[in-house]
Amino acid sequence: MTAQEVRLCGLLLQEHFGDVVEKVGTHLLRNGAQHLRAIVQETGTPMDLVKKSLCVLIQHGACAFSSGRKGPGSPVEYQASFERILRILRYPRYIYTAKTLYGDTGELIIEELLQRGHMTMSSTVKTVADRLTLNMEEGHSMEYSEVSNTFSKLVETHFLQRCPPVEVAGKAVSATPDPATTPGAPANNTTPSTPESFADCYKVPHVTLIGRGKRRNSSEDGEDQRNAKRAKEDPETHGDEGIYWQVNFERFHLHFRDQAIISAVANKLDQTSSEIVRTMLRMSEVTTPPIATCTQALSANEIFRSLPPNYNISRPILDQYLTLLVDDPMEFVGKSGDSGGGMYVVNLHRALANLARATLESVVQERFGSRSARIFRLLLRKRHLEQKQVEDFAMIPAKEAKDMLYTLLSENLVQLQEIPKTPDHAPSRTFYLYTVNQLPTARMLLQNCFKTVANLIERRLFETKESKRLLEKSQRIEAILASLQASGAEPEQLTEVEEMITPPEKQQLESLRHHINKLDSAENQVDETIFLLESYIKAMKRL
Amino acid sequence: MAGRGGRGRGRSNMTFSLENLGIGRGEALPPSSLQPSPLFPPMTFQPVPLQTGEEVEYMLALKQELRAATKNLPYYIRQSAARRDVLRYSDKYHRDEARDSIMDWRPDWSRLPNELCIKVRKSQKKAVLPQLKGTKTTTSGKEEVLSKLEFLEKKEEIVNSEDEEDEEKKKTNEEEEQEQEEELDEEEVEEETDYIMSYFDNGEDFGVDSDDNMDEATY
Repeated sequence: MTAQEVRLCGLLLQEHFGDVVEKVGTHLLRNGAQHLRAIVQETGTPMDLVKKSLCVLIQHGACAFSSGRKGPGSPVEYQASFERILRILRYPRYIYTAKTLYGDTGELIIEELLQRGHMTMSSTVKTVADRLTLNMEEGHSMEYSEVSNTFSKLVETHFLQRCPPVEVAGKAVSATPDPATTPGAPANNTTPSTPESFADCYKVPHVTLIGRGKRRNSSEDGEDQRNAKRAKEDPETHGDEGIYWQVNFERFHLHFRDQAIISAVANKLDQTSSEIVRTMLRMSEVTTPPIATCTQALSANEIFRSLPPNYNISRPILDQYLTLLVDDPMEFVGKSGDSGGGMYVVNLHRALANLARATLESVVQERFGSRSARIFRLLLRKRHLEQKQVEDFAMIPAKEAKDMLYTLLSENLVQLQEIPKTPDHAPSRTFYLYTVNQLPTARMLLQNCFKTVANLIERRLFETKESKRLLEKSQRIEAILASLQASGAEPEQLTEVEEMITPPEKQQLESLRHHINKLDSAENQVDETIFLLESYIKAMKRL
Repeated sequence: MAGRGGRGRGRSNMTFSLENLGIGRGEALPPSSLQPSPLFPPMTFQPVPLQTGEEVEYMLALKQELRAATKNLPYYIRQSAARRDVLRYSDKYHRDEARDSIMDWRPDWSRLPNELCIKVRKSQKKAVLPQLKGTKTTTSGKEEVLSKLEFLEKKEEIVNSEDEEDEEKKKTNEEEEQEQEEELDEEEVEEETDYIMSYFDNGEDFGVDSDDNMDEATY
């Protein structure tokens, strides 16, 4: 756990869960697995606050507990997970993706589940229906069945998954964090309520949910009243107690990865090739395991049949496009055989590596200029080069090339490799070669990204603190305005209240809002880079 | 060798050869810096402007809404505010606000380790106490006494304590204090002196009040 990671996690926890949880969380992150007493002693927080914080962290999946290392009698140990806390940065992206795929209902389901950690299906459906009903016109309300349908669709496409079961005896967690697509999960877990055992973590439970979303302070029809009464009588027995659902982040990440590949192809080649790649990825969504290097081989015939109908591409043109894709130096698509008109695969890992490389190159270009970027790209391709060779290949005059190389070296983007000619490593008889290693450089840039986001958050907190008085004043005035409008005041009174904020204050507020928007937007965009680099590093780790 | 020795004497003796690294003969090295690098060095290249567009705006709005919403969820744990030296009227309202949101959330205790479960009983106990204090601040005397009696009954049901007499005495004392406070208010309004009348209390009220309470309690 690097210092930057801990700092960023601390800031995220503080924003979303408060200072107490932040203290407990950072303590766990820094010191590994700890038991309750140690946490209480070392953080100096009262016992019940520590317990509450641990409950909150476990609820959101940021902390896991297991029986102690010293044997079955030792106290329960808690361990915080840095990755899960980092996902908080990406919540807006998940919610937006759900909106594009499943509409407003899907968006609200994902938002509720992200905010609450994990929930049962019935409570999710009820809350989402109520929220949707609030936004609908008078007299309309949202059916529970519609929301349940969207929920089931999300589960079918694996965007939602069941929380892993907790062994009741001794409260020790079975170490299966993600019983993903294996249908035969261990059958030694007893389920509390549903008759069928945990055969599959993507199985939607049989839930008897009949009703509509409720709107507060509104009169209901007779039918709704009956259903509402029934719902009130058995408040929680809908047949799915103990079955909690959580968002499956890995599936979202696969979706983001596919999106990145498709947009890269669209930028490099053209729209039609990106549609072909999109079709190929869509076809192999279910058959490809998440850690695969490339998708399953698809024949050209299958691709032709599955293309979207509004793309009138004839067969020979499709073949030409596929050949182009295969010959492209980025190697997004590869040919693995000739049967069925040619077997094609999408090279996922290689695509990720290329995307990461493009990110690194663009970072160097934006920070040091295009000529330094040329040297960097040269070194990436040619691996090891001497000082003289760099100058020649890059076609840059010697002095400037030297300068740029040293700047890159001091920033640790370029490394020096010594190759001795004689066993005594005499400097005059040693080759000094410049080289770039993509994976360590990517790791370093990832740490820089964490530092960047932490700095952005701190700056935003600083700006808010500076103008705290002004913000409070404007909030109070907004509240007064809202209450005046609700009670039907005259426009003169409204303007009078509005004038309580002077024009220079208005300007200050405006610029403050503009700054905060910029900082927030920057956080979102740095998170995209974090996603790319993290996926690349993870993919390389598995090799 | 001699040439290299001469060159070495002219400059600093280093373990690596400057020629190979590209610093030729007779060239001046850049001046060495005598202070740490500046905190915000001037940038030679300005950063690329942020992306804009509908998607970006929507995600920005989502992010800000999420941040505001999490402050109101029960998962946001605030440290209880430091006890102020003087009891204030607004404390009654502020305390109930905070407690409501925390009580909203009941985690599924079967999924959590046993040692975290003790909170449940504590919260029940705590729920009993503030109600007692809350009734202290009601203004009319008769309602006070009636509500006190109700809580007396409830307390006898819930908490099986052996010191029932002690509790009743405590309550009568509290009631006395409240009636004394009421008397204080009335007296202050009537006489408008700087002195609080209870300082001159000669203890006559003690027996009188307790007799009244005993009569009502036997009903």
